[in-house]
Amino acid sequence: MKIIIVGIGMVGYTLVERLSSEKHDIVVVDEDEERIRSVSDEFDCMGVIGNGGDFKVLVRADVEKTDLLIAVTESDEQNLLCCIMARRFENCRVIARVRNPIYTTEIGFLRRELGLSMVINPENIAAQEMARIIQYPPSIRIDTFTRGRIELMHLAIEENNLLNGFRIREIRQKLKCRVLICIVTRGEKVFVPGVDEMLLAGDKIVVAATPAEANDFFEKIGVHYEHTKSVMIVGGGRTGYYLGKRLVEIGIHTKIIEQDKNRCDELTELLPQAEIIHGDGTNEKLLVQEGIAHVDAFAALTGMDEENVFMSLAVKNHGKARTITKIKRISYTEVINKMELDAVVFPRMLTADYITKYAASMTRNVESGVENIFPLEEGRAEAYEFFVREASDVTDTPICELKIKPDLLLCSITRNGRLIIPTGDDEIRVGDAVIAITTRSEFNDIKDIVRR
Amino acid sequence: MNLSIIRYILGWVLQFEALFMLCPAVTGLIYREYRAALSFFGVAALCAVIGFLFRRRYPKNDALFLREGFATVALSWFFLSLFGCIPFLLSGDIPNFVDALFETASGFTTTGASILTDVEAVSRAGTFWRCFSHWIGGMGVFMFILAILPLMGGYGMNLMRAESPGPSVGKVLPKVKTTAMVMYGIYIGITVICLICYLISGMPLYDALNTTFGTVGTGGFGIYNSSAGSFTPLQQNMITVFMILSGINYNLYFLLLARKFRKAFSLEEVRCYLIIIVISSLLIAYDIRSLYETVGARLRHAFFQVGSIMTSTGYSTADFDQWPQMSRTILVILMLIGACAGSTGGGFKVSRFLILIKAAKRKLTELIHPNLNKKIYFEGEPLSEEVLSSTNAYTAVYFIVLFGSVLLISLDGFDFTSNFTAVTATLNNIGPGLSAVGPAQSYAGYSIFSKCVLIFDMLAGRLELFPVLILFMPSCWKKY
Repeated sequence: MKIIIVGIGMVGYTLVERLSSEKHDIVVVDEDEERIRSVSDEFDCMGVIGNGGDFKVLVRADVEKTDLLIAVTESDEQNLLCCIMARRFENCRVIARVRNPIYTTEIGFLRRELGLSMVINPENIAAQEMARIIQYPPSIRIDTFTRGRIELMHLAIEENNLLNGFRIREIRQKLKCRVLICIVTRGEKVFVPGVDEMLLAGDKIVVAATPAEANDFFEKIGVHYEHTKSVMIVGGGRTGYYLGKRLVEIGIHTKIIEQDKNRCDELTELLPQAEIIHGDGTNEKLLVQEGIAHVDAFAALTGMDEENVFMSLAVKNHGKARTITKIKRISYTEVINKMELDAVVFPRMLTADYITKYAASMTRNVESGVENIFPLEEGRAEAYEFFVREASDVTDTPICELKIKPDLLLCSITRNGRLIIPTGDDEIRVGDAVIAITTRSEFNDIKDIVRR
Repeated sequence: MNLSIIRYILGWVLQFEALFMLCPAVTGLIYREYRAALSFFGVAALCAVIGFLFRRRYPKNDALFLREGFATVALSWFFLSLFGCIPFLLSGDIPNFVDALFETASGFTTTGASILTDVEAVSRAGTFWRCFSHWIGGMGVFMFILAILPLMGGYGMNLMRAESPGPSVGKVLPKVKTTAMVMYGIYIGITVICLICYLISGMPLYDALNTTFGTVGTGGFGIYNSSAGSFTPLQQNMITVFMILSGINYNLYFLLLARKFRKAFSLEEVRCYLIIIVISSLLIAYDIRSLYETVGARLRHAFFQVGSIMTSTGYSTADFDQWPQMSRTILVILMLIGACAGSTGGGFKVSRFLILIKAAKRKLTELIHPNLNKKIYFEGEPLSEEVLSSTNAYTAVYFIVLFGSVLLISLDGFDFTSNFTAVTATLNNIGPGLSAVGPAQSYAGYSIFSKCVLIFDMLAGRLELFPVLILFMPSCWKKY
């Protein structure tokens, strides 16, 4: 596959590193000659010097024959502009990095209007990962999809689990949770369960749910873990804001310590439910005073890697809080992983992972209507993501009236940025993004979900 | 310096040489030259075994940075010549070691300078190996290896950069491997077309093959004592055309294949190259009017000789040493300019020449307008100051090596013209010079020491000086 990467920052660099080792043809575009030279010296890629928003530059990078363009320059506007230019060629898919929260709120609109395949926001991804670390016990493994709204939780059913002996149809009735059991792995068998399937001890299941529902669900079925009730965050930057927002939404008490007075004021307005403290988080006394000994989790999210590391190490001396440390640089990964920090989050690495995953799924479906494919359960099942671009037999009809193929399950519908875990009464509409999970793999279009 | 990765790659190179040597060995069998065939088979086996030992263990540290890339390429070319010359010794074609090394180095570097006074006396297998080495060396051994082997990620570029000629080496495609494959594909394509044309013109297969290798690789080893003089006028004209085509920057062919015709025809370097060929040929054709009767013959000889010298091939249809002074002078100037960058030809390269002229022009303009801010444009794009400064450094080193070598070989007592053109013809990978090393003469008269200097010049010239010179820097061999 031919990929153009515009902007050689840290994310761009990591992307080149990953993608060039995976047989893709990479062309990098950047205005800085020095950066282009160093990256094309180091990796097997071609460099073009110039502004990615300049159509001539893109033509020199052979955008005509390119399958994917990833715009990750420092500027959101340039990224978007660059994507618009690339969209002049129909077959070029585009991914833009957009980090400004102002744009993020209208991201669904931007994506649709500009025809972006993916909008990536590193801070948001990092916050999402952190929220997951805080929310779920390590025994539950989580997969996220493209834009991260849907989470698939892998869970093993034990003897004492409430689900043992449950039929699928009973879950909604008895537990009153809007969750879907997508895949059951029983011994060697992997299948999409029908409504009458009974869950047994020893099964491994994949559950689709929104984060808020998930919490409720786990509590009801009795997966025991130390429930996180309070979190302290140092650093109220973008990551801190996104994390705070997520935590507040699922009802976790959140305290954000921020040094800058103006930013504190902003945060107070943005996150009224959170407690915003104006002060220097690197000051140990302040942390103690704010009750570091009693919080369940602590996140060090300042802009300085060293400070984050030291803070987390210090917090370990004061209480039982699980620490999360944000690290910008990825040069000293090994050393950092050896330290006694509970969880370390590398936003750049996550972003690169995210895009690489997308590119990997793209290589398989360049020519089809499928937007994305994710392998599940070691490739024995797959999640397909479709965009519904036009009306057809399957749209605007309640799902229960469609003759959906066996071994297939509609696991989520994203409409105007809102996630719906569908029941039989929901319907697919034009403009939706639909994720279907199946153990077969013969899909090219949304219409293929029904029996012919 | 990471010696273990150099050892490992050398292992590959030797194994490939073993593979290449099977060709002359088979030729020997066909023509029933069993001694020659046996020596080729023997040395091929030797190369294969040594190569196997060299690359048996994959190095723990496989980092190949620029200096390792340069050193690897330079050493590989030396080893290629070293092992390549053994069959000549064993088969008795060239009994003297330094002579054999000279001949083989001359082959691989596509020089075509010979120490043989009677070429026709060499065994057919030996002649085939001489010419085939032109073909291998033309596009480059590493280009071949990079096209075939899945060699380590981004490091391949460091090898390609060391081997490919030109002031700034770039890839036409994002991947080193595909670039190398495309380049070799074009190379093989031209070779096949050339071969077919020669066969149609009535050359026997053996002659056609050897001449094709010499033409497309811009080598120039003749298979007859009269070089290309014994071919028919039609065949000579064909050789002229294919020599000139081989001296063109291969990016042009790539652009043509990619259907970017406008860009292809606007390549500054190629246009300049063709203009120089036409003008010098016409001048020479006028200058030699007293020697040949018909206009056709004058043009044929002039174009052939200009094409042969400019592309650094070194075939000759006539003893141009006997031509008038102006023609000889033009030919010496053409020797110094050389072919296009990114071609199989050698020499200083037209693109460097163009860059220097543009830089000189800018300097002059700056004397008139001292505060003028001006960029040099080359091939439609602003030329980076780094390429400019490395071109300047290259020029300086080029002339230091040139005159240093002339000084060293002057010990043998030949006249200045001989010495100067001998060094020029080897450093630019051309072959014949003037006077004592003219097309009708050979390099046999030089002493062993001078031959060693000239071997160095050939290798340094083919690899564009820096890769070879870096081996003489003590700091290159240090670990840190």
